[in-house]
Amino acid sequence: MPPRPRLGVFKFSSCDGCQLSLLDCERELLDVAGALEIAYFAEAVSAEDTGHYDVALVEGSVTTEAEALHIHDIRARSTTLVTIGACATSGGIQALKNGGNAAGFLKMVYPTPAWLHTLESATAISDHVKVDHELRGCPISKHQLLELIAALLAGRRPQTEPHATCLECKLAGQVCVMVAEGKPCLGPVTHAGCGALCPGYARGCYGCFGPKETANTASLSAQLGALGESPARIARAFSTFNTNAPEFRAEAEAQGDD
Amino acid sequence: MPDVRQSGAMGEAFVMDGGGIERLAAHLLAEGRSVVAPVARDGAVVYDAIEDPAEIARGVRIDSRPGHYRMERDGTAWFDHVIGPTPWKRFLHPPRETLYSMTRSDDGIEVEATPLPQASFAFLGVRPCDLAAIGVLDRVMTGGAHPDPRYAARRNGTLIIAVNCRVSAETCFCASMGSGPRADAGYDLALSELGTGAQTRFLIEVGSAAGSALLEALDVAPATEADLAEARWNAAAAADAQTRAIETEGLARDIRAAAEHPHWDEVATRCLNCTNCTMVCPTCFCSTTVEVSDLTGAHAERQQRWDSCFNVGFSHLHGGAVRQSGRARYRQWLTHKLSTWEDQFGELGCTGCGRCIAWCPVGIDITEEAASLRRTEP
Ligand code: SF4
Ligand code: SF4
Ligand code: SF4
Repeated sequence: MPPRPRLGVFKFSSCDGCQLSLLDCERELLDVAGALEIAYFAEAVSAEDTGHYDVALVEGSVTTEAEALHIHDIRARSTTLVTIGACATSGGIQALKNGGNAAGFLKMVYPTPAWLHTLESATAISDHVKVDHELRGCPISKHQLLELIAALLAGRRPQTEPHATCLECKLAGQVCVMVAEGKPCLGPVTHAGCGALCPGYARGCYGCFGPKETANTASLSAQLGALGESPARIARAFSTFNTNAPEFRAEAEAQGDD
Repeated sequence: MPDVRQSGAMGEAFVMDGGGIERLAAHLLAEGRSVVAPVARDGAVVYDAIEDPAEIARGVRIDSRPGHYRMERDGTAWFDHVIGPTPWKRFLHPPRETLYSMTRSDDGIEVEATPLPQASFAFLGVRPCDLAAIGVLDRVMTGGAHPDPRYAARRNGTLIIAVNCRVSAETCFCASMGSGPRADAGYDLALSELGTGAQTRFLIEVGSAAGSALLEALDVAPATEADLAEARWNAAAAADAQTRAIETEGLARDIRAAAEHPHWDEVATRCLNCTNCTMVCPTCFCSTTVEVSDLTGAHAERQQRWDSCFNVGFSHLHGGAVRQSGRARYRQWLTHKLSTWEDQFGELGCTGCGRCIAWCPVGIDITEEAASLRRTEP
């Protein structure tokens, strides 16, 4: 039997939720472990980070000097680098500080801000190194993670389509909460992958998966306004887990971010 | 051909009391059919498989406008809820299907086609526009040199109980497309709700031998001239109430001529390319086929899934997608519905159901856009 490809799972500034999606795989975890050597995964195995990885899964954004250096080291030691989740892919919720007064935020929160060494902004992994695949979401979908690993192993294209969440909403046979209830929903501008989870529970989409391909945020904002949302509330809707994604940031700014 | 002169034969009309709907549903369920009927859930009347006739939506009205749909409880009528978001293609041409599975073993690779579906549907409450749409879909899926065997298997086992409309939604324009509000063919039975409250009755028109065979279970009486006149009058009133229309005369030609019309740019500023219009449209038939493999590499499947011309990847050829802009994608969709469908299949691809108008999150209206595209440039 040929040696199994080596997998490394790395954490940057993040909450660990995306890595835990891998442990959440439960039934499929044995298949993952059978197909790949889980060589480095601090949440699950005690091995040290050494050597080359065939697949590196990277969670979290770059928020410190040390992280900005570390990501280059991982890139240099990985054949395929995959970002997992909104933090790694667009900067995450912590990127709300970008463009704000980062030093002021530190003062507000910590008694001794001088002990902290953080960068002015939280940035996506792709702002620092070349990324081969992205998994969206806060957190990622376990189904998409398994699909991506299976695709990498088979050498085929992963089925992680960049179209609207609405398509998944309709495939699931859900009734549109925006049309039938007038609830604000970001589904029409949000990348698919979650299976339109929130509309299935009678709530609008929060945009966890970030912008879809060719997102027309301006038109959606106009409709949200017609449904009674104020510009400030629309700006806030675009300023969550993917606040630093260029399309969402631009739309929040166009609404007059406050 | 069955003998059409016997009692309960094709073309003949009967009446039954309002409760006959539940008897009909109970009979179809007892026959072992999968009965799909209007059900009120999550703020809309959707079509879904029922297990009990009591699940059928009743006493529900809707308000359907561009980008807006509201359901409210009102009265006791069975079928005044017109049309909701579910297209019947959902059952005949389902959103996802596995076509083949492949298993690798030491002896090689075994390929297994998914067995043909053994469906035996009864669609209860098919509106005339949707009956026309099923006809359009039949010609797309089974009319050419390569019929889809899975569609054909489901369709052949399907019994259709149509319901003529006596109320139109604000988004309806079937009268202009010639598909409603009264069905003239393509059904096994066609029902027209007459009267209200305790006076509720159904006119039943027989369209096939299978439909005729159902009458025994229903306790029907011959229809009177007055029943027929009331049904005709109701349908005419529903047609008169329609405020939207598309003039079909010269339509295909006009849309073809509008390929470079500046209005496409204007629609593109509003269109979200969210795919909702294509998902709810009862004639949009596009699907994509993908190959997926599992982690062990021992098992793979070929899966079919609804796709949409509003996705960039839909027009992906070597080197990239042909229709990158939202303008190009909206133009593709409307042009296919109202023009090139005719070149392809000899009829239009729109039956005037109005779903794409109501369920577009930003209320883009095909009747308005078609009218703007036929205006000469400003
Ligand atoms: S509920 Fe949201 S995601 Fe679902 S179809 Fe409506 S707008 Fe799209
Ligand atoms: S194009 Fe719109 S109105 Fe026409 S059949 Fe499709 S959904 Fe109905
Ligand atoms: S026309 Fe409406 S429903 Fe269709 S893709 Fe555009 S925004 Fe979505």
